[in-house]
Amino acid sequence: MTTPAIAANGLRKSYGDKTVLDGVDLTVPQGTVFSLLGPNGAGKTTAVKILSTLITADGGQAQVGGHDLATDPQAVRAAIGVTGQFSAVDGLITGEENMLLMADLHHLPRHQGRRVAAELLERFDLVEAANKPASTYSGGMKRRLDIAMTLVGNPRIIFLDEPTTGLDPRSRHNMWQIIRELVTGGVTVFLTTQYLEEADQLADRIAVLNNGTIAAQGSAEELKRLIPGGHVRLRFTDPAAYQGAATVLRDATRDDTSLALQIPSGGSQRELRSILDRLDSAGIEADELTVHTPDLDDVFFALTGATQTTHQPNQPEEAVR
Amino acid sequence: MSAPLAPARPTRISLAVRDSSTMLRRNLLHARRYPSLTLNLLLTPVMLLLLFVYVFGNTMSAGIGGGDRSDYIAYLVPGLLLMTIGSTTIGTAVSVSNDMTEGIIARFRTMAIHRGSVLVGHVIGSVLQSIISVILVGAVGVAIGFRSTDATALEWFAAFGLLTLFALALTWIAVGMGLISPNAEAASNNALPLIFLPLISSAFVPIDAMPSWFQPIAEYQPFTPAIETLRGLLLGTEIGHNGWLAVAWCLGLAVLGYLWSTSKFNNDPK
Repeated sequence: MTTPAIAANGLRKSYGDKTVLDGVDLTVPQGTVFSLLGPNGAGKTTAVKILSTLITADGGQAQVGGHDLATDPQAVRAAIGVTGQFSAVDGLITGEENMLLMADLHHLPRHQGRRVAAELLERFDLVEAANKPASTYSGGMKRRLDIAMTLVGNPRIIFLDEPTTGLDPRSRHNMWQIIRELVTGGVTVFLTTQYLEEADQLADRIAVLNNGTIAAQGSAEELKRLIPGGHVRLRFTDPAAYQGAATVLRDATRDDTSLALQIPSGGSQRELRSILDRLDSAGIEADELTVHTPDLDDVFFALTGATQTTHQPNQPEEAVR
Repeated sequence: MSAPLAPARPTRISLAVRDSSTMLRRNLLHARRYPSLTLNLLLTPVMLLLLFVYVFGNTMSAGIGGGDRSDYIAYLVPGLLLMTIGSTTIGTAVSVSNDMTEGIIARFRTMAIHRGSVLVGHVIGSVLQSIISVILVGAVGVAIGFRSTDATALEWFAAFGLLTLFALALTWIAVGMGLISPNAEAASNNALPLIFLPLISSAFVPIDAMPSWFQPIAEYQPFTPAIETLRGLLLGTEIGHNGWLAVAWCLGLAVLGYLWSTSKFNNDPK
């Protein structure tokens, strides 16, 4: 069995009397995308800062790339690349100079450094802007330059702290594409995000961080299964058909004003067929059928105890753990 | 350096040199691309030089025990050369403080580079800027009539060495001031003593001309011994104990500034 890319045990960190991380355990296998999901202030950035050697934990221990954070931070640094929440580019110098600076700090021979810089500028669509100061770049360009700089050293483990926060939809999708390409190349990605869709799209495993502890972790599917709330919705235009269907499907919740029925269901083929069979045998045809599976929003709100759930009952945290 | 590196890697020294020179190139690039800060800071000593020579010159030359304006130019220039260093290092404090707010510093901290190189790059870059500034102010001094009195090559060499050592000492102190300042304004306020101290030294008037209770402060603060030593080297005046005092101040401040700065930099960032 190979060593995990990241393994953390009981990480703790507090600032003054405010506890930010209260015993966080994580394991990220090599070559996978791990997403740390949580609301603002949950401690995501603090976790990244600790795992990337920027700050030291008050308690617990962790290995990154097989090296211990506390005893050999320099070996950890050699294995990782970090793109923080606020762009880590030097705004006073040009994009190309930023890239060459990274090449020098990774001790690449001059010609190789120039080649790597040119390739990455090309790959991240920054060739035209290469000779402009980085401070003049747009948010999306800065983020691309930031990631390009992170890749100069060809790190095997990459930390991305909210890589798409503040980006427009197109830039966000570009960033997702970049992250997928990284994983294809065998890189391990540790991603923090407050966007559920992002975690759903990219991550192999997701951990929900809330109040400094991991409230739940698993694949997106596993997390969704923690939360009840999937249902099939049938809509009718003919009141008679609606009444008939309501009689046949006794477990349905009625919505008399819009002539719609909601039947609790996980959305599997078998469950759907059973509903359709019952309608068929009664000779009733619905005008519209939609399947609602709980999305990560439901999971997120349930786990983080937020109150703004719209169509789902709020699940108390202890009920799902 | 005191960076928490893993036990002696064979390449540690070469890593330190290589990374420091990379950081130096970065800082020189900043200075070359944005020279306005350096030039603004040069204005203060140049204006003071012209003001004291051409506006107050007659009165001031009487104050140094007679003589004419050219005597006062000779008296004034060594002090202003050292004041130039104080002024340039305010720029160091400001640019270090600015730099620490940049995300790229966080990136440097997560890279397998020599930790001290970030600060060493700033220090060497700033000392080089100080030397260039001293040469420019010195050129203005020569243009308005400053001449050394039979200084030998060795004395010129020693003068240059003193200026460099003084710049190194003040720069390390300024780096520390930059590191504890949350923003550029605070940095320039914190670094104010570096330009205020020369005003209460022997740069403009002799110590004897000050109130007696104040004389010990003026005499033993870092600028006065350095100014007196520089005068001695360039003009042949009595150096006395000032030479050792100046070197001791420089080494003391440099070591203190270095230890202070590196310990601040090695703390966890906020």
